[in-house]
Amino acid sequence: MDFWQKWSSRIKRIPLWTVGAGIGVLFLIVGFAEGQFTDIYRKAVMICLECIGIG
Amino acid sequence: MKKFTPAKMRLFFQIIYTIVTNGYIYGYLNGKIYKGSLKYVCVPGLNCYSCPGAVASCPLGALQAALNERNLKVPFAVLGFLFVFGSLFGRFVCGWLCPFGLLQDLLHKIPVFRKKKQLPFHSILKYGKYVVLLGLVIVGSAILFTGFVKVPAFCKFLCPSGTFFGALPLLSANEQLSSQIGGLFYWKLGVLIIIVLLSVKIYRPFCQYLCPLGAVYGWFNRFSLVQIKWEKEACISCIACQKACPVNLPPEKISVSPECIKCGKCADVCPKQCLHFGKNKKDTN
Repeated sequence: MDFWQKWSSRIKRIPLWTVGAGIGVLFLIVGFAEGQFTDIYRKAVMICLECIGIG
Repeated sequence: MKKFTPAKMRLFFQIIYTIVTNGYIYGYLNGKIYKGSLKYVCVPGLNCYSCPGAVASCPLGALQAALNERNLKVPFAVLGFLFVFGSLFGRFVCGWLCPFGLLQDLLHKIPVFRKKKQLPFHSILKYGKYVVLLGLVIVGSAILFTGFVKVPAFCKFLCPSGTFFGALPLLSANEQLSSQIGGLFYWKLGVLIIIVLLSVKIYRPFCQYLCPLGAVYGWFNRFSLVQIKWEKEACISCIACQKACPVNLPPEKISVSPECIKCGKCADVCPKQCLHFGKNKKDTN
């Protein structure tokens, strides 16, 4: 019981921004493993006709 | 010695950041876009990757491109960028790092018209950005088709940043593209002109009412690392901060409200220095 109380009070002290940033880093790793950075690149190096209003 | 206040630092930051992230001069001269490896990553602000000078990717463009895929999957990489930038900065990105925010700030400095902070019905209209996020960026990009191809609905029908930083310089330097201009371009140009004119009178109308990226970062504002701290005990309730705040926030809502862009004008004017930039050690709740 003491163990859980100690850990729950420690967890409560963690700032939320570190949790959010941690989730972000985790997502980036998963995205990298799935090759999604290549998808971002492939789209970004072609002129987006919709963005410039002729697509 | 002249005091270097947050508000003065901000303009300097915005200009340097915009030049650095849109510094591909060759693109402006030849009507081409940068194709280097920096485009694997997203910048925090709204920065069209079809801008001839853009050296990295737009998070909203990348998000819509992922939702345009035939086999829909969770766009982890883009969400990762948004979570990291949001958790660290919140809407500090809007106030200090967004090139389209800088454009609106500069337009608002033009000394014509009597300036207003907000549009009438602000309390309702401010939810427009959430409607754009859900309707155009997420649902629209996942279900709207042109022929058999899905379209990035926000980029195609609304994004004024793409028109200003992408279309205008690219079309002026690329004859092949400019010969294809049609009704859609004039629609987008109309949207840009309305936002430009409104920006002269109202403070950042696009950011306050339409920007889906602002809607995303606003969600992180309450617990992001970068905060403007308010020392309640030292406050004399003079409301100088609320008068200076471009989005009219009272001191208790500064920094934690989804509308706050953390520009720091409140910290500049506080006579007791009870508002100042600081990092979030613990969730502000």
